[in-house]
Amino acid sequence: MSITPENLGDLSRRTLLRRAAAAGLLATPAASLLSACAGSEPSKSDDTGAAKSKDNPFGVKDGSAVKVVIFNGGLGDQWAKEDKVVFNAKHPNITVNMSSTQKIKTEEQPKMATQPSDLVMNSGADMMDRSTLINEGAIEPLDDLLTAPAWDSEGTVADSLLPGTVGDGTQNGKFYVVNVAYTVWGNWYNAALFKKEGWQAPTTWDEFFALAPKIKAKGMAPYVHDAVHGYYPRWGLMASIWKTAGKQVVVDIDNLKENAWKADGVLKALEPWEKLVKDRLLLPGKLDHTQSQQAWLDGKAAFIQVGTWLKNEMSATIPPGFELTLSDYWSNADDKAPKDVFAASGEGFVVPSKAPNKEAAKEFLRAILSKAGSAKFAELTKSLASTKGSGDNVQDSALASANTLMKNGGSELISIKFQDFYADLDKESQNLSEELMAGRLTAQQFVDKMQAAADKVAKDSSIKKQTRTA
Amino acid sequence: MRHGVARFVTGFLALPVALYLFYVVWPFAQAAGYSLTDWGGYSDSQRFVGLDNYVRLLSDELIRKAFWHNVFFLITVPLFTIALALFLAFLLNVGGREDRAGIRGVFGSAVYKVIFFFPQVLSLVVIAVMWQQIYRTDRQGLINGLLIKLGLGDPENPIAFTADPEPFLGVPAVLWWLLLIAVWSGAGFYMVLFSAAMQSIPKDIYEAALLDGAGRFHTFFRITLPLLRDTISVAWVYLGFIALDMYALVFVMTPSQGGPNHASEIFASVLNFTAFQKGQFGYACAMGVALAIFTILLAAAQLRITRRDRIEF
Repeated sequence: MSITPENLGDLSRRTLLRRAAAAGLLATPAASLLSACAGSEPSKSDDTGAAKSKDNPFGVKDGSAVKVVIFNGGLGDQWAKEDKVVFNAKHPNITVNMSSTQKIKTEEQPKMATQPSDLVMNSGADMMDRSTLINEGAIEPLDDLLTAPAWDSEGTVADSLLPGTVGDGTQNGKFYVVNVAYTVWGNWYNAALFKKEGWQAPTTWDEFFALAPKIKAKGMAPYVHDAVHGYYPRWGLMASIWKTAGKQVVVDIDNLKENAWKADGVLKALEPWEKLVKDRLLLPGKLDHTQSQQAWLDGKAAFIQVGTWLKNEMSATIPPGFELTLSDYWSNADDKAPKDVFAASGEGFVVPSKAPNKEAAKEFLRAILSKAGSAKFAELTKSLASTKGSGDNVQDSALASANTLMKNGGSELISIKFQDFYADLDKESQNLSEELMAGRLTAQQFVDKMQAAADKVAKDSSIKKQTRTA
Repeated sequence: MRHGVARFVTGFLALPVALYLFYVVWPFAQAAGYSLTDWGGYSDSQRFVGLDNYVRLLSDELIRKAFWHNVFFLITVPLFTIALALFLAFLLNVGGREDRAGIRGVFGSAVYKVIFFFPQVLSLVVIAVMWQQIYRTDRQGLINGLLIKLGLGDPENPIAFTADPEPFLGVPAVLWWLLLIAVWSGAGFYMVLFSAAMQSIPKDIYEAALLDGAGRFHTFFRITLPLLRDTISVAWVYLGFIALDMYALVFVMTPSQGGPNHASEIFASVLNFTAFQKGQFGYACAMGVALAIFTILLAAAQLRITRRDRIEF
């Protein structure tokens, strides 16, 4: 694909891709791989009416129709068509009207108050603000989906999900958003290059700062990141805060607790980032996501921080022999949680409260989260699904490094909530992250300004407050 | 008007007027209504809050910042665009050498006309994508690449363009870089507008001036400019509207849509953020209504100040 259409797509897409699991409009997975059969054995169910059963836990009416809207972004929509096959194998008499779009908010928001679709994949740049949807009572709590039996495995739906997925979709103690994809973040490097140069991939900041001069000596910048979208650098900053200061500090930050940003370890976590900028270890220029990723692929920088959708996004321009390898964000010697990995579920489905066929919407979600459906998802998108074991049979080196990272990780997953809770803090933290990485703020100033922004939100009575428990 | 004609005209107008009322006027009225509520945009429940949103608007720091950025554009966009367009139109129509054929533009003016007008036929997104490449912040950017090749730019510290919040003449650099794009893309249209107006000025006025020994400078300031007064006034109002918008450029060209760190925040970007990310539609509607009132007042004042007796020719 040429450069222009890619950028055109980005213009409309890049407002906020907070929970991007696989971004980029580059690669729509090859449709030719598909077979008509999704691998799910068609069970002869004889549901009649709205009776509830193990195969029909929500009592979907036979002969009814369900309207499903898919976000057609970097993941494409072919995987969803596979889920339709899975669904119809069990419910042949329920009509699935599936449509896909990139303009979720533009098309769905006006219908929310009157005649919404039954199931909406709320994702991409043009997504509906999640807190607002919940505060306005516009979407349905889906706790009964979690306790329902899994589609094609033992136990409940909740049992079949990867850790963090239920927590990521929960707000105010209720489960609202069903994330179907799973993303791991960290520092990427080219393993082939490191092997050739005899460099050891660092695991701590000290190791990185020791290696940096050697990288610079090769005419390469040690580090690059997207400097246009503030949530890119924010991932790294927040991961460091979690690792250095520990989970409780991040929970306090998310809960707008007094002086949470001034807690022990926050400043210390940010200081290596400040040093990275001050020592001029960043690639010069304020590049956006694809520009910085391409610069990294071109060998202009050794490390780039981004999530596991990277390979899908850049697939058209990855040079031969380039080994995309994901490593964990670097830690310090006396960090509280150095092993915890930044991973989260994303690409969330919601069921509007006024949807006419909520039962079928939930049943369709059960099909998406099935073993058969999620395996197709991983195969077609080269991204993990939020269902356990989705990538077991997919051969891909980048995905494998992410899997290794997950296996060696600590007991907890790094997760940050405040940006989903409060749009103001989201914006402010993005802006300040950019400023810190541009060298216009010191770590201390960043902390002070974030505290001030958090205090302002805490005092603003027009903003509904959220609570993070886990 | 005779009775039959009135009915005939009304019959024809009824449908368009109804459509206009329903699709244009009614949404305006609705927005004004919502601005008095705390509606979030996703439900059908809303609480009447009176003028609370407008009171809040007055003490909103971000809005104040955005307002001043809009004022910056309001002054600079019409000023520079009209100045450039006038200069180009003058050269293309009456700026050339005088000879036996009388008054004419500079050599090759027909070609220039097309070139200058060209940005007008491009969609704003195309323009933005193009300028993203021109403004690219590493050595692959058009400007940075050239400067670095010529040894004028520092490869370790390239120009940041729209990612640069440092003030220049008291205004963040990012706004000046956006201004350049706005003027570049707008000047061509107004050049054509002014060209048309200039061509309607009778040639004998110029010829008389020439005979009296007036040079280009005097011809322009003593004849062309006064006779274009109406056209320029209209252009000023149009450009004022554009300056109060500027949303597309800010949205596409600046980091975090209004950044870096609010350095290019404008009314429309704050409104968009408030409505669609904060989910405060009521408050956002109040911003929209405030902006609309401001725009109308401005246009009225503008047309009133510049009103004069019309010269007929």
